[in-house]
Amino acid sequence: MIRTTNLTKDYGARRAIDNLTFEAKQGEVVGFLGPNGAGKTTTMRILAGYMPPTFGSAQIAGFDVVEESIEVRRRVGYLPETVPLYSDMTVFDYLKFMADLRHLPNGDEMVDNALEMVQMEQRAEGYISNLSKGMRQRVGLAQALLHKPEVLILDEPTIGLDPAQVVEVRGIIREIGKERTVLLSTHILSEAQQLCDRVLIINKGRIVAEDTPENLQARLVGAERSILRIKGDAEELMPLISKINGVQDAKIRPDGAVEFQFAPGVDVRPEVAKTVINSGFDLLELSPVGLSLEEIFLELTRDDASTK
Amino acid sequence: MRNVWTIARREIRLYFASPIAYIIGLLIFLITGIYFVLSIYLAGQAAFTTGSTTAPGPDLVVGLMAFLLLFAVPALSMRLMAEEHRNGTLELLLTAPIHEWELVVGKWLGSFLFVFLIILITFIYPIVLNGLVTPGIDQGLMMANYLAITLVSAAFLALGTAISSFFNNQFAAFFATLAVLFFLWVVIGWPAVVMQGSGGIFDYLSMSTHFSSMQAGTVALSDIVYYLSLTGLGLFLGTVAVEIRRWK
Repeated sequence: MIRTTNLTKDYGARRAIDNLTFEAKQGEVVGFLGPNGAGKTTTMRILAGYMPPTFGSAQIAGFDVVEESIEVRRRVGYLPETVPLYSDMTVFDYLKFMADLRHLPNGDEMVDNALEMVQMEQRAEGYISNLSKGMRQRVGLAQALLHKPEVLILDEPTIGLDPAQVVEVRGIIREIGKERTVLLSTHILSEAQQLCDRVLIINKGRIVAEDTPENLQARLVGAERSILRIKGDAEELMPLISKINGVQDAKIRPDGAVEFQFAPGVDVRPEVAKTVINSGFDLLELSPVGLSLEEIFLELTRDDASTK
Repeated sequence: MRNVWTIARREIRLYFASPIAYIIGLLIFLITGIYFVLSIYLAGQAAFTTGSTTAPGPDLVVGLMAFLLLFAVPALSMRLMAEEHRNGTLELLLTAPIHEWELVVGKWLGSFLFVFLIILITFIYPIVLNGLVTPGIDQGLMMANYLAITLVSAAFLALGTAISSFFNNQFAAFFATLAVLFFLWVVIGWPAVVMQGSGGIFDYLSMSTHFSSMQAGTVALSDIVYYLSLTGLGLFLGTVAVEIRRWK
């Protein structure tokens, strides 16, 4: 559904994206993960038909984004990072304006459907200028969904929303992603984990990793990490934990918890729990620790630099 | 054309919701109204005191209108494209399945229809005048004058739309439009005055020369072609500006 080949974009002397090649299939939610300035927005703008690439090509549903830009734009729903809204219009009028530009035959009905999807039916007659940031985001999303596009491109769809709104918007995306191709950018790893079938990590305009969120974590860590909290002095427990077969690199963190690693497939956690209890300590917590995006990122960019 | 009309319709609605548009409209009516009443009064006084039989013609207000539009058009056109860019809504429009020219022409058409409405309302002056003078005003001259002001406003607004497409800042667009219109209306004709007989090309390029000729009642094809070409050039440059934004 989305296919890019050696996609490259230069802004003057600066290369924003460099030879990006990737694919996204129908019914797949692909996450674009990377820091600010990595090239996420540029790639999305090219795919949405907003700007042409300097080199390389991209196709959406088989149409070239440059040569058949209008066809591409008919098939793409795009939500830019800064939600583009006309604050002088009501929610309904704004969506109707977009429906008219897209020549939707039953515009009013399509607008109502889109509003229902983002749960904004009650605010249809309200002016956009009076909406909260979360509601504006939902109107932007309704605009992207209006024409039931085959491909949905969402640039940081949950940025700036409060936690309840984030949950709502994620729910909507998850629903849409069941049938259509969704490409979304984010810098929140947990969001990518919850929503995406596949994640592309992009740094300095290049894809540095591409996999499912779970595989990416496992591949990078090479070992699983857990933390252990007990009631009492962790220093006393440390020698016992270190002695357990399979436990690697056990240490006490500044917050008093014990952190340790073990090789994937050799789960030492039951043994650790038994040791704590048998030694007379009260076990408060034993939980896995995921890598943060920052850690994954540092890991990947370190690899990236060393292979150059 | 459907997209052009969709864009134009939104623009017209926006003008009717904008205080600036109302202020500009009111100022035009106020200034032309005072001028009209004063001219009629002075002509009446002259008839009484000196027995003059020279009545004001249908060109009475149209010349002043053109001068006022020189300032009003930059204020009306400055935000057309610059504001879309500033608000980020240009990204929305350029990712909708419409052509760049449809966007530019739609913006221009919306502003033109608004100004055309103002021009239509000023039609009240020749109608009143017609009732005041005997045997009525020269209808042909009146039509020539209104055709001239309509063509001038179309060309002014096309240039304003183009300039607004090049700028991100509305006020920069205002002053640039004002400068360009002033140049084409006044400055470009100066060499023709200095060079006298040999400055024909400058005379042809001057917007006011064509306007004066039409105001006097001579509607030449070259005048119409001149204004339509200038309108076409403005819309073309506006489209180029939008395309440049895409490629930047």
